[in-house]
Amino acid sequence: MTVALVVGAALALCAVVFVARPFLREPAPASDRLDEPGELDRRRLELVEERDRALAALKELEFDHRTGKVTDADYREQVGPLRRRAAAALRALEPRAEARHERVASGR
Amino acid sequence: MAALGRAALLLSFGLVLYAVVAGSFAAWRRRRRLALSAQNALLAAFGTTLVAGGVLVAALARRDFSFVYVAGHISRHLPLAYRLSAFWGGQEGSLLLWLTILSGYGALAVWLNRRNTDLIAWVVPVLAGIASFFAFMLVFVSSPFEVQPAPADGAGMVPSLQNPYMLAHPPMLYLGYVGLTIPFAFAMGALLSRRTDERWIVATRRWTLLAWTFLGVGQLLGAHWAYVEIGWGGYYAWDPVENAALMPWLASTAFLHSVMIQEKRGMLKVWNMVLVSLAFLLSVFGTFLTRSGVINSIHSFSKSSIGGWFLGFVIGCTVFSVAVIYLRLPLLRARTRLESLVSREATFLYNNLLLVALCLTILWGVMYPLLSQAVRGETRSVSKPYYDFFLHSFGLPLLLLMGIGPLVAWRRASLRSLGKTFLVPLAAAVVVGVVLIALGFGSSVPGLLAYTFSTFVAASIALEFWRGTRATGSLVRLVGRNRRRYGGYLVHAAVLLLAIGIAGSSAYQTIRERTLAPGQSMSLAGYTLTYRTLEGVQGANYKGFRALLDVSRGGSHVATVDPGENDYAIEGPANEASVYHDPRTLGDVFTIAQIVKGSSIDLKVLVKPLVNLIWAAGFLFVFGSLVALWPDAVEQRRLAERYAAAPA
Repeated sequence: MTVALVVGAALALCAVVFVARPFLREPAPASDRLDEPGELDRRRLELVEERDRALAALKELEFDHRTGKVTDADYREQVGPLRRRAAAALRALEPRAEARHERVASGR
Repeated sequence: MAALGRAALLLSFGLVLYAVVAGSFAAWRRRRRLALSAQNALLAAFGTTLVAGGVLVAALARRDFSFVYVAGHISRHLPLAYRLSAFWGGQEGSLLLWLTILSGYGALAVWLNRRNTDLIAWVVPVLAGIASFFAFMLVFVSSPFEVQPAPADGAGMVPSLQNPYMLAHPPMLYLGYVGLTIPFAFAMGALLSRRTDERWIVATRRWTLLAWTFLGVGQLLGAHWAYVEIGWGGYYAWDPVENAALMPWLASTAFLHSVMIQEKRGMLKVWNMVLVSLAFLLSVFGTFLTRSGVINSIHSFSKSSIGGWFLGFVIGCTVFSVAVIYLRLPLLRARTRLESLVSREATFLYNNLLLVALCLTILWGVMYPLLSQAVRGETRSVSKPYYDFFLHSFGLPLLLLMGIGPLVAWRRASLRSLGKTFLVPLAAAVVVGVVLIALGFGSSVPGLLAYTFSTFVAASIALEFWRGTRATGSLVRLVGRNRRRYGGYLVHAAVLLLAIGIAGSSAYQTIRERTLAPGQSMSLAGYTLTYRTLEGVQGANYKGFRALLDVSRGGSHVATVDPGENDYAIEGPANEASVYHDPRTLGDVFTIAQIVKGSSIDLKVLVKPLVNLIWAAGFLFVFGSLVALWPDAVEQRRLAERYAAAPA
């Protein structure tokens, strides 16, 4: 019984110290605020996910075409809109790089 | 020792309760240190619960009958492995197992995702809230650490539980049941934190797959246990507790498919939240059915009064998840639409509808007797024909969809391309169907359909691998580039084996029963069984008999089987079936014997064609799941890059 009580008390002490650790390590932090994404960050993540989806869809289409699940005619019909979607997502993510690219392309 | 167990559980309860209160407040008021402290409380709760579990394991191993739980579930002569398996043999122990697994899974999931601080801040209180219920039950309602003056011996273990499968079947099921808590907690965390992007799906993808694999393996082990131990020659009886494990598996199967549509097309966000909640709620409902004593089942090893608590918890969780999903509906709107009803995503949708329909009809079959008793006071039961009808109505189209899905392209498929891809599987199915009818397999329409559809699915999977290998140049490269897809196809192949095994062993089985004296024989389905003699047997905690029978086929001796009975000193008698696995037919000769008079026996023989494919399916299922679970370095880099720039 005594051993059980001692072990139990030690366990409780360890647990309390572990739970209080964030406060013990930083008694007076410069900021105690949880990171929170702003509207811009959320929008950026949406665009990244949209870009990944569009690129994955293109990859799927290529693979389905190579394995014969999509005919040449269907492939030609579908690949254009998918490429445009992927390009739009990329453009939205990197407006400056895209603008630079457009300037170079137009020779300005 | 019991005092240490009680203290450890009390600490666990305090820690998870703190994690709920402090974690919710921290997530709401955006307090970083408090959120970390709540996270630590959840991690610490795993440690304290492990200590409590260790105390119970030690008491069982040492046969400490001063523990009421130990005295109630084992006896002095029970072998060590079965003594330890008593941990999950009773109500209090299985509640402790739930909490141990939950706190362990929770601690690991939180630690692995600790950088997703805003999501984890809400996941912690959700996980801790669920853990609080189990800790509360263990501390205040159903403690495994009640003590008494130690009796000379314990009550022993139900004989049917003294089987090696019982060492693995219940823990596997619990690992599955509890595992479904993680995707649920992350889904709720995502909604509460308004982070409805794909981060919660990425974080829980493998957890869902792992829980689903454990549930599947647990059910197959349970089916094999029923087959070899219960002594009726079957492996699934639509028992409410068996159904309780099947329902969350079906719901999570639907989720695993529909979540791919969200990842690929950004659609079905609400549906996925509903499915992940349904899978979790059904897993708790399953525990309620097993442990409440409200149903009469071979699996309800204990009757108890915890049913009301569990029912309240299930209702509470349902209200919570419905409310959270409803409040966040505006964030879950899809921006894309289904382009065509003939596309891969459409076949996933049909598969989802069939899986959920099957799940809900099973749920109704389980609940109807309970509701009938509660509302009208009438004892009603839902039996095999009800379940078989819906299994055929939804299961056979599901089987067919497994073959159709891989052949259809994403987004939309034209008739021209469908004609091209369907040609080989369709031709194979028609040829096999005609041959089967010619061979007389038309005696069972569901059996014939199952075999024909299986041929279609097998051809479609084989074609997928062949075309993919041709396109990439190597099978290893093909699978390595898309482990989830090709692991999934292997799991489909396992389901196919399962369907063939079930159809063969149920639609085309032969059963015969006869009383035999030594020297007499009986014949069925090409086998002759000759009863030789009766033998006595003795084990560590039982005495019994075995009837020795020679099995011959085509005039040649192929095996000797020895069905009989064990009479356990404390627990009483139990049938011991004996099975001959025929490698030529992949079927079994299943025998059950009872002494009728002197050395005469009543022999029941079941010849079950292809039944071993069901167990073989288990190995392929695990292999396919492992392929799908195996980390993909390229994908991980891509995801790391995706979320690296986003603030945690």
